[in-house]
Order: sequence, then structure tokens, then C-alpha cells
Amino acid sequence: MEQLINYILQLADSNLILTQRNAAWCGHGPILEQDIAITNITLDLIGQSRNFYQYAAKLINESTDTKVTEDSLAYLRTEREFKNLLLTEQENGDWAQTIVRQFFYSVYQYFLYEKMQHSRDEQLAGIAAKSLKEVTYHVTWSGEWVIRLGDGTAESKERIEKAIIELWPYTGEMFLPEAYEISMVSAGIAPDITLLKNEWYKKVTDIFEEATISLPKDGFMQTGGKNGVHTEKLGYILSDLQYLQRTYPNATW
Amino acid sequence: MKINIQKYFYGDFGVEDSAGINDLKSTTTKETAWPLWEIFIRSKQGLDHKHAGSLHAADAAMAIENARDVYTRRQEGVSLWVVESKHIHASNPDDAAAMYEPANDKVYRHPTFYDIPDEVGHM
Repeated sequence: MEQLINYILQLADSNLILTQRNAAWCGHGPILEQDIAITNITLDLIGQSRNFYQYAAKLINESTDTKVTEDSLAYLRTEREFKNLLLTEQENGDWAQTIVRQFFYSVYQYFLYEKMQHSRDEQLAGIAAKSLKEVTYHVTWSGEWVIRLGDGTAESKERIEKAIIELWPYTGEMFLPEAYEISMVSAGIAPDITLLKNEWYKKVTDIFEEATISLPKDGFMQTGGKNGVHTEKLGYILSDLQYLQRTYPNATW
Repeated sequence: MKINIQKYFYGDFGVEDSAGINDLKSTTTKETAWPLWEIFIRSKQGLDHKHAGSLHAADAAMAIENARDVYTRRQEGVSLWVVESKHIHASNPDDAAAMYEPANDKVYRHPTFYDIPDEVGHM
């Protein structure tokens, strides 16, 4: 049970942290229409993470004596308890960096949910099937921006290539399973993420080719996020995200 | 010096050079600004596409995506049309009297002089 809970929290946390990052664009997008687009995507992501948190809270409450809610999972856990992918906590940077981060994550989510909709766990299968439609659009949207920036002006190309080099070391973690993921795979609940790697590479390569960008060489990959070992950036994100509940416990509005 | 204040209607943008759109670009909009697009939404199958508003986008593909995000996020539609605003030609408001008012006293053009059987229902 604990491994299933960890697995669900990892799915929820990646979405929540990327939501918090993307939300910083709200009101600051490069143009009104794109401000709305990234905010829409962000709302999709937090909707998905709420589904995961609610499910995790239910399992935690059923299996232990505690009383947690989706809110306490998001607002009252510490940095080491968060299992989000390192990719999702990386800085917004410029528009290119935000786009590349979203594109890498959306393509990963797409192949993950595509498999997860056949999970033996009905709840996860349901969430995945519902989320897949949203994610399909996120892949299209972010992919088109990769093409626009890569095949755009000299400056946009330079910026997106810089963003890709910056974020590439955080892509390997998506396909390296932690112990709780491996046990969920053998239980027929989680898709085998090592098998998603080829599909992910193919999609990214296709879009990069259209964008006239070359794939970076496979180099050193950062890991640890899924086990609670994060880059220094997560602490700052959580202090923003959790400030209100930490300072005024149980505040509502 | 004669100061010519010119208003722009959609129709003015039909032929770029003669309509002075290049002057407009250089004086009133930044070079980096994206063109304006008009958005039409079909709210459900069988109904017409209706004008919903306008937005900025770099090209048609982006206009459709933007329209999806700006205008259909509350289930407003099942189909989208986009057209660059400069391609829409409008009638001149100054001609309104000649164009539309002659129809005012010709009520016989309305099909209101027929009795519709109850069975037909709303028509």
C-alpha cells in the first residue's frame, strides 16, 4: 500500500510543482492569447494533480490512523517528502525555457497516461484516460512552439537551444524507475517507464527535426527527485506555495 | 499642411497598398505585432458558425489554437473558423441609408401573411 501511495504522490507532485512554476506566467505572458494558453494548461495540470492527491489521501486515511486531505498533502509536506521530477522544479527562465520544460514533460505524460489508462487500478486508469485528452493538446501546443522558436529567428533559435542544453540533464530521470515504481509495474498498476523512453525520444526527435534543432548528446543525467532529493530550487517554490497555510494554519477563503 | 484623419474599417484592408496598410503598420503598430484574426464558432453540429470575437496570432494554426484557448474553454463550440481580419470586407457605415433603409417600408417581404397550421409548431 505504501508503495502505491508513493507512486500516486509522485504523479501528483510533478504536476503540482510544474503548476506552481507555470502559474508565475499568469499576467506576464508574451501576449494575451499565450498568457491564457499557458494558464489553461496549468489549470489542466492542477486538476489532474487534485485527482491524484484525493486518491492518495483516501488510501492514506484508509491504511493509517491519520487524517490527511488533498490540501494537507500539497501544503504541509516538506521538501524531502515531495517526489516530483527535477525537471518540473526548474526555473521558468525565458519563454523558450518554459516551452521546452512543458514540451519534455507533456510528451512524457502523454505516453505515460496512454499506458496508464489500461492500469489494473481503476482509479488511476480513469484519471489517466480523462487527462490524456488534455495532455494531447499540451503536446501539440508546446510542440508547435518548439518548432516556431527553433525554426524562427536567429535569436529564438539561440534561446531554445540554450534552454534545451539547460534542461536536458533532467530528462533521464523520467525513465529511471524508483523501487516503488518497479513494484507497481509488477503489480500491473503502473506502466513500465523504461519502455516509454524510445517513444519519448522519437516524438522529441521528430519535433526537433521540424524545428531544425539537433538532439543533445546523451550525457550525465540528474536523479533524485522521485526519492525526495531535490535541487535547491524546490525549497523556494514550497516557501511560496505553502506560505499561507504555514503562517495561518487552516486559513480558508 | 493638410491633416487627414483616416478611419480604418475591415474593408480598408482588402488591398494592402491602396488601403495604406503599410503606412498603418509603420506608424501605429510595432513590427513585431501579430496580425488580427476573426474567430467563428459553431456551438453545436447543425448550427452555423457565428462570429465570436478576434485575437492576435502569428499564423492560421496558431489562431486556431489561440481561439480554442480564448473562446472555447467553457464548452462553447465544436468547430472553429479563423480568418485574418484584413480579408474581411465590410460595408461602409456612411452608406447605411442607401443600403438598408429602403427595406424599412417593405413589410410584405416578410413571410408574415401566412397562417401556419398549429401542427407545424415553431417556425
